[in-house]
Amino acid sequence: MEAALRLAHLYPKLMNLYGDRGNIICLRRRCQERGISLVVDELELGDSLDPAAYDLIFIGGAQDREQRRVAADLLETKAEALHQAVAEGVVLLAVCGGYQLLGRYYRPAAGEELAGVGIFDAWTVHPGPTARRFIGNVVVRWQGGTLVGFENHGGRTYLGPNARPLARVIAGFGNNGRDGGEGVVQGENAFGTYLHGSLLPKNPRFADHLIVQALRRRYGEVELAPLDDALEERAHAEAVRLATRKAIFLKR
Amino acid sequence: MSAVSGLRTAAAVTMAKAAAVLSRRLGFGGGTALPGLVADAVAPGLAARLAARLGHGCVLITGTNGKTTTARLVRNIAQAGGFRPVHNHSGSNLMRGITACLIEATDARGQLRQPERRLGIFEVDEATLPEAAAALSPRVVAFTNLFRDQLDRYGEVDSVAAIWRRALAALPPATTVVLNADDPGVASLADACQGSVLFYAVSDIACAVDQIEHAADARWCPACGREYTYSAVFYGHVGHWSCPGCGRARPAAAIEATRVEQRPDAPLDLSLSTPSGQFELSLPLMGLYNAYNALAAVSVGVALAVPAGAMQKGVASFTAAFGRQERMIVRGREVHTILAKNPAGLNQVLRAISAEQGPKNLLFLLNDDIADGRDVSWIWDVDFEMLAGQATLLMASGRRAADMALRLKYADIDAHPAIEADTQAALEMALALTPEGERLYVIPTYTAMLKVRKLLARWGQRPPFWEEA
Repeated sequence: MEAALRLAHLYPKLMNLYGDRGNIICLRRRCQERGISLVVDELELGDSLDPAAYDLIFIGGAQDREQRRVAADLLETKAEALHQAVAEGVVLLAVCGGYQLLGRYYRPAAGEELAGVGIFDAWTVHPGPTARRFIGNVVVRWQGGTLVGFENHGGRTYLGPNARPLARVIAGFGNNGRDGGEGVVQGENAFGTYLHGSLLPKNPRFADHLIVQALRRRYGEVELAPLDDALEERAHAEAVRLATRKAIFLKR
Repeated sequence: MSAVSGLRTAAAVTMAKAAAVLSRRLGFGGGTALPGLVADAVAPGLAARLAARLGHGCVLITGTNGKTTTARLVRNIAQAGGFRPVHNHSGSNLMRGITACLIEATDARGQLRQPERRLGIFEVDEATLPEAAAALSPRVVAFTNLFRDQLDRYGEVDSVAAIWRRALAALPPATTVVLNADDPGVASLADACQGSVLFYAVSDIACAVDQIEHAADARWCPACGREYTYSAVFYGHVGHWSCPGCGRARPAAAIEATRVEQRPDAPLDLSLSTPSGQFELSLPLMGLYNAYNALAAVSVGVALAVPAGAMQKGVASFTAAFGRQERMIVRGREVHTILAKNPAGLNQVLRAISAEQGPKNLLFLLNDDIADGRDVSWIWDVDFEMLAGQATLLMASGRRAADMALRLKYADIDAHPAIEADTQAALEMALALTPEGERLYVIPTYTAMLKVRKLLARWGQRPPFWEEA
């Protein structure tokens, strides 16, 4: 298949806290091995986003200080285009801080509330500096299988009626440590999650899910050639083992 | 000191010493932390009382990378300068480790030998700095660099900087602070200092790399928010920086490396310009990051008024901490072990290895214990891609061996990564697969390094770490 996809990586310099680059490396490689060229454009502060130019959009996580600057820039230069792109079926993946900023708002432990872009019908509240931070290995149930990753967030995210969780928590905390949900799916093509680790390399099924969606929109029905994922599956299985062992230990 | 508190000090020292002996006999380890815990339970504040008896006071060294190496260099420099150091050389750098080290230097009655010549040299964990600075009243505090490291444990880089600022603001003006002028995150700590500041820097721009690495952290000016511009980048975000917005820039440094010569398989040669004169240093370590460690140590030497000749002599007698950067012959292979625990550190290690000659046999060991950082996603920020076309053997080991192998696979390094989670089996296998006469690079995270060190000590006849001088 002679296909080409274009990805907008939002704020790779500012929002790159937890190996987020691994997600891009993974997408690029999984496309390349199937003869699909993936062009990645890096968009920083002040850069405008052309909603018609992209098939995929990715945004990662950051420290609080950087997150504030990104929040302002998102609203100023990219919010409208993001809404338009998502409405037109562009595949969006937002991890950790990016997930929080694309919700309705983020209320930090201290300081002013940050207005979000509102792509996700979700909001995030940090319950204060003494509240427990959600840190650790995570396993969640997703489409009959599992996703694995590492979470590290103080904010608790809650979903509104127009969004649904991406997955159900098996081990770890997820969105808020209460309702068993992890991440968000808005419509069919916008995904938010707290899982890093990096997320996509160890979850090749999810990586391909994103690629297939992006291809379908541009080229119609497609089937991805299978890849040798022995190493990916092994790393996935190991992560499941480590996360669930820890969970059992905690319950005792 | 009152009779009661004196008795209490002596009792705490005795019990702590017994705990150290017991810990070693029972095989728990070097007894580098337990005595400190015992002493703290019996006599809180013991470290402060013992430290007050150090005739020359003490020096604290902290930072993300290079603490242990810098502290060891300072130790050698101080010894050559006539001081008698008390040094937490095992790398046990929390308060209990420092307490244990002070206890070890004290006799059963709580007395130091030759107290008038004693100088404390303590490597301090980043987050422990405020507590250590308050307890030990240091005469010098030296900072190496500030990079992301174990985000699940220390929190974000900004939080570490805030902790350091708090510690610095509480120090008396008599304390000299040694700062890395080339690391904007460290250089800007000068604002928080009450007393004199000594900056060190590399001015030899021949060391510069083409572009800023993915592991860079301090890229934006905290004052005005603009992105720093660099006339030269040395590694990570370390280089000749300035802010186009508010004009903040790399400060002028009193201690400068005017020439850094890195040749494959040869020591680092440095030409230094310091307030104590200009002189040359030859350092049996690789990597530009070690030039910075030497600069930090020399700056401490300057602060302690050690003459240039003694500094040269001290550095010449340097050997790296076992396991941090170690070359030894095992079964006819040269095994080169280099500790790497965060993206900036590992990038530097890979860069230095790439510059060496000969085939590259590589064994990476990735653990996710608390001391390593539970989150292993940092390996995706490391530029393993630079090894492309160079590796003849590629192996992954440790608790997260599969994660490491996967990262190596996605880096397109030609060689297919082999996985063996067990440390001993992996080392055995890597030695067997490395042709005799070739070099094997073993690159572990912290807890993996402890295991590797034990095995290599057995196979290569090196003493365990707590027996070191």
